Amino acid sequence: MTLKLPIYMDYHATTPVDERVLDAMLPYFRGDFGNAASRSHVFGWKAEEAVERAREEVAKLIGAAGKEIVWTSGATESDNLAIKGVAEFYKDRGSHIITAVTEHKAVLDSCKRLEKQGTVVTYLPVEPDGRVSPDAVANAMTDKTILVSIMLANNEIGTVNPVEEIGAVVKARGAFFHIDAVQGVGKIPFDVNRSHADLVSLSAHKMYGPKGVGALYVRRKPRVRITPIIDGGGHERGMRSGTLNVPGIVGFGKAAELCRLEMEEEGRRVLALRERLRQGIEARVPSTVVNGSLEHRLPGNLNISFAFVEGEAMMMALKDVAVSSGSACTSASLEPSYVLRALGVPEEMAHTSIRFGLGRFTTEAEVDYVIDLVVDKVKRLRNMSPLWELAQSGVDLKSIQWGMH
Amino acid sequence: MAYSNKVIEHYENPRNVGSLDASSPDVGTALVGAPACGDVMKLQIKVGKDGVIEDAKFKTFGCGSAIASSSLATEWIKGMTVDQALAVKNTQIVEELSLPPVKIHCSVLAEDAIKGAIADYRKKQDLKTENAA
Repeated sequence: MTLKLPIYMDYHATTPVDERVLDAMLPYFRGDFGNAASRSHVFGWKAEEAVERAREEVAKLIGAAGKEIVWTSGATESDNLAIKGVAEFYKDRGSHIITAVTEHKAVLDSCKRLEKQGTVVTYLPVEPDGRVSPDAVANAMTDKTILVSIMLANNEIGTVNPVEEIGAVVKARGAFFHIDAVQGVGKIPFDVNRSHADLVSLSAHKMYGPKGVGALYVRRKPRVRITPIIDGGGHERGMRSGTLNVPGIVGFGKAAELCRLEMEEEGRRVLALRERLRQGIEARVPSTVVNGSLEHRLPGNLNISFAFVEGEAMMMALKDVAVSSGSACTSASLEPSYVLRALGVPEEMAHTSIRFGLGRFTTEAEVDYVIDLVVDKVKRLRNMSPLWELAQSGVDLKSIQWGMH
Repeated sequence: MAYSNKVIEHYENPRNVGSLDASSPDVGTALVGAPACGDVMKLQIKVGKDGVIEDAKFKTFGCGSAIASSSLATEWIKGMTVDQALAVKNTQIVEELSLPPVKIHCSVLAEDAIKGAIADYRKKQDLKTENAA
């Protein structure tokens, strides 16, 4: 069987649009191009019906009601809307927010902006396995806490947080609970009621839908209010103005439906492939470390450090495979991944990490090809590595006085 | 981020990967950088009686640009006298490899490595003449 190169193993960055999703979207680029807010003619009515069908599908995926789904341009906007919207609307109730150091930048930077305006933010550390502890949340809460924002699953290390227990803690203390569920929804079971969520951010392009569309779940029972961050025609019950991205929304709805129907079987298949990749590498490459909990993890994520081999060099070596790295060299700022640092991964190991993200279209043949490639390239790069040489001759690298530069 | 062809070339066909005998009196060794920074280079030179660098070897823990910078360094200094090698500037490496601004520090490390290896060699030579005296 011929393998198609390059191989895509970066499903956390984005996912290909499923052909069935694309088929569902196309009519809304062609004859059915109406604006869903055009109330007076069939072009608008058709668009509106399609949007409402999609709304029901997205709601069904997370155990919500259609009326609780607000369409946005993506999860970054949803995160901004949830955090700033709640902080502003309920500012007389309190001005303390709790989140975690491993959150996505859309959450962290929204919190940073609020800090400039006087909000106090607590950034919780994570356990060495990468998860947020419900006890840590409980201990951080005060009677001024208005919002707790904790992600369902982390994009870098794939670890899944105990959101159900965290949610119970948050609600017992009377604050709002926001979950950035982008990486988890559609891959692992998630329910807004089991997790006591008040607000949930979703993204279409992480679940085989198109880029440029997302959603924010906003609980109605009991009612959660948010101040909109975009003003305009009052769309989405006043929460998010702007003409709806009808084709994108239709695609999102179809993607959500497919995930709901296929998630269980797909999860099993992807997990088996991930384990095949992990065990294949671990059996033939010494000195590797998996970053984050293996047990509470997204089925498709393998974030692994190869000691003594730098991540960007490794990615250059894996030239026909699309992956990403927690190495400083690959970030514009020359700083290693803040998520890996939060785990307590020593800096030189953060530089050696590679993130493999498997998904719906990953095949066994691709996994086997990548295993062989990884084994070969790690060997090659270790032969070129002075650190490997020192370690092989029994030197403890921590004992060396490294020069500054 | 696209790598320049020269950088890829040095990664695919690195020149002079390996080690020389660090205990030998005519070998100079430098170990520069730090694992915490993601860049460590080991550069070694073997200098003949006439002060010409007969052989040079390197090993690098670092990105493609770091590997290429150190590979290029060993390629250049082979056949130079020690004084000529001291004159190699990181800017020349940047130009040859078309390194973007964010990778300039890799070339600086390579220049440091050359100078470090020479300093180590010279220290050994001074000791030799001291012992001989």
